[in-house]
Amino acid sequence: MLKVEKLQSKLNGKLILNDFNLHVNRGEIHGLLGENGTGKTTVAYLIMGVNNYQPTEGKIIFEGQDIAKLSVSQRAKQGISLAWQEPVRIEGLRVGDYLKLSGNNLEIEQTKRCLRMVGMEPAQYLDRDIDNTLSGGERKRIELASLLAMHPKLAILDEPDSGIDIISLPLILNGIAEMSKQGSSVLLITHNEKVVEIANRVSVLCAGKIIRTGVPLETSQWFKDNCRTCVHINEPEEEDKKL
Amino acid sequence: MISYSIEKEYQGLVDAYEKAGGDRSTLLSKEVAKLVIHENKVLGVDGVNGIQIETKETETGVNIYFLVEEGAKILRPVHLCFGILPQEGLQEIILKVDAQDNSEVSVIAHCIFPNAVKVIHKMDADIEIGNNAKFDYKETHYHGDFGGIEVIPKAKITLGEMAQYENTFRLIQGSVGTLDFDFEVFSGARSVAELIAKVYSKKDDVIKIVEKVHLNGNGARSLIKTRIVLRDRARAEVIGETYGNAPYTRGHVDCIELVNGEQAVAKAIPIVSVTDEKAKVTHEAAIGSIDKRQVETLMTRGLDENQAVDVIVKGILR
Repeated sequence: MLKVEKLQSKLNGKLILNDFNLHVNRGEIHGLLGENGTGKTTVAYLIMGVNNYQPTEGKIIFEGQDIAKLSVSQRAKQGISLAWQEPVRIEGLRVGDYLKLSGNNLEIEQTKRCLRMVGMEPAQYLDRDIDNTLSGGERKRIELASLLAMHPKLAILDEPDSGIDIISLPLILNGIAEMSKQGSSVLLITHNEKVVEIANRVSVLCAGKIIRTGVPLETSQWFKDNCRTCVHINEPEEEDKKL
Repeated sequence: MISYSIEKEYQGLVDAYEKAGGDRSTLLSKEVAKLVIHENKVLGVDGVNGIQIETKETETGVNIYFLVEEGAKILRPVHLCFGILPQEGLQEIILKVDAQDNSEVSVIAHCIFPNAVKVIHKMDADIEIGNNAKFDYKETHYHGDFGGIEVIPKAKITLGEMAQYENTFRLIQGSVGTLDFDFEVFSGARSVAELIAKVYSKKDDVIKIVEKVHLNGNGARSLIKTRIVLRDRARAEVIGETYGNAPYTRGHVDCIELVNGEQAVAKAIPIVSVTDEKAKVTHEAAIGSIDKRQVETLMTRGLDENQAVDVIVKGILR
């Protein structure tokens, strides 16, 4: 479904990704594990096309088409969407309306269902504004619920677990599982090896490059053993010599 | 009671209100207290128990005395309708409100100027809210697209002890024209005042909003909240002032102006002052273009850029 080939990205002249390759198969949850500063969010932004991110080299092929030149809206209409690491607040936009527009005029019962799938009681949330009265954890879950409403072919989840309390985490994981059950492929980006246990496959990102791909338990353990103490972050060229 | 001779004028105003998205049944229902004024003519007055409305037509407008009797709890909102249907006209409203102790009322004012090319609408209000009384005033304007209108609302509001006053001013349909808004609140002990203004300005609109709150009684609280969206060549200046003059008073000034036009100009001037060491007044202001992250978030859901901006603007003005 998604093939990212030889992707390179520079930010202010600095190499962030180099020779980055990733395949996400239809229907799978693909975990992307990496420490802080290894380029995880850059991957999310490049695939979605937000924040003016454009690859300096390489291809992003989605269902056979190179989407690197498409606008954010066009990519969304092709079936890609993104749950942001830090979801924005939009004053005056109600949770119910956000989910409705995410689902292209989704019916109210479906909207309620999406909220319940991430452990949110519709009566408490449908009429609330997406503003600073919601906690970070609530906004994260609403972001997931909006993707459940949208039902994209590929959902990119950028650190859905970061800043989440111990009670909310299982609800987030449940939402991701529901997304997969609905038929969406998921690119699950995180630095938490526990979170990717729900994935079908896991890739490890180090210094702007995928250095390992495998089944979750083995790959997570390998990440824990090798990456937790690694200091070579965000230096792809130097890292190339060591690999 | 509406006489036959002015029925046509009344219907014209109701039609214009409905065209602007209002519910005509509220202005036609006999069970709702209301006052309907076209230019300087009183077209209809319907009172309910606990409310007295007296009017006096003048050469350029109407003087209104609005009394909410002590202890009266008015269940359904009172509707006020002010309008000028011709392209030119002047309407000066002198409003005296006396909401007596322990009374409660909600007032919805509709200001309808659909064809204005050279229209002036002025309101000079003196509003007194008694002890433990609640007065909620929501004013919504419906303008045409010509922009030939000057709206000049001025008000002095005095709040008794534990009084609650909420004023919401909305002008988001049609061209604003020129808006010169000036409200000043004097707050008694443990009273609560909220001044909310929402304006969508376009073309060559000129907006000046001055909102002042003097927190003079112990424990009085206030919020001044202003939301302006500017497009084209519109200009806006918002001055929000709060003075904490008594112990345990709390005030907040919150202004957001979204600029969505290369030639639009926005200015915000918050003034916060305390003269009592136990008072606390805060402010926040954000002026600038529409947040790109907000736009992109909505675009990741399949909206195009214009649709996303529209959702954000509607939200902030809701």
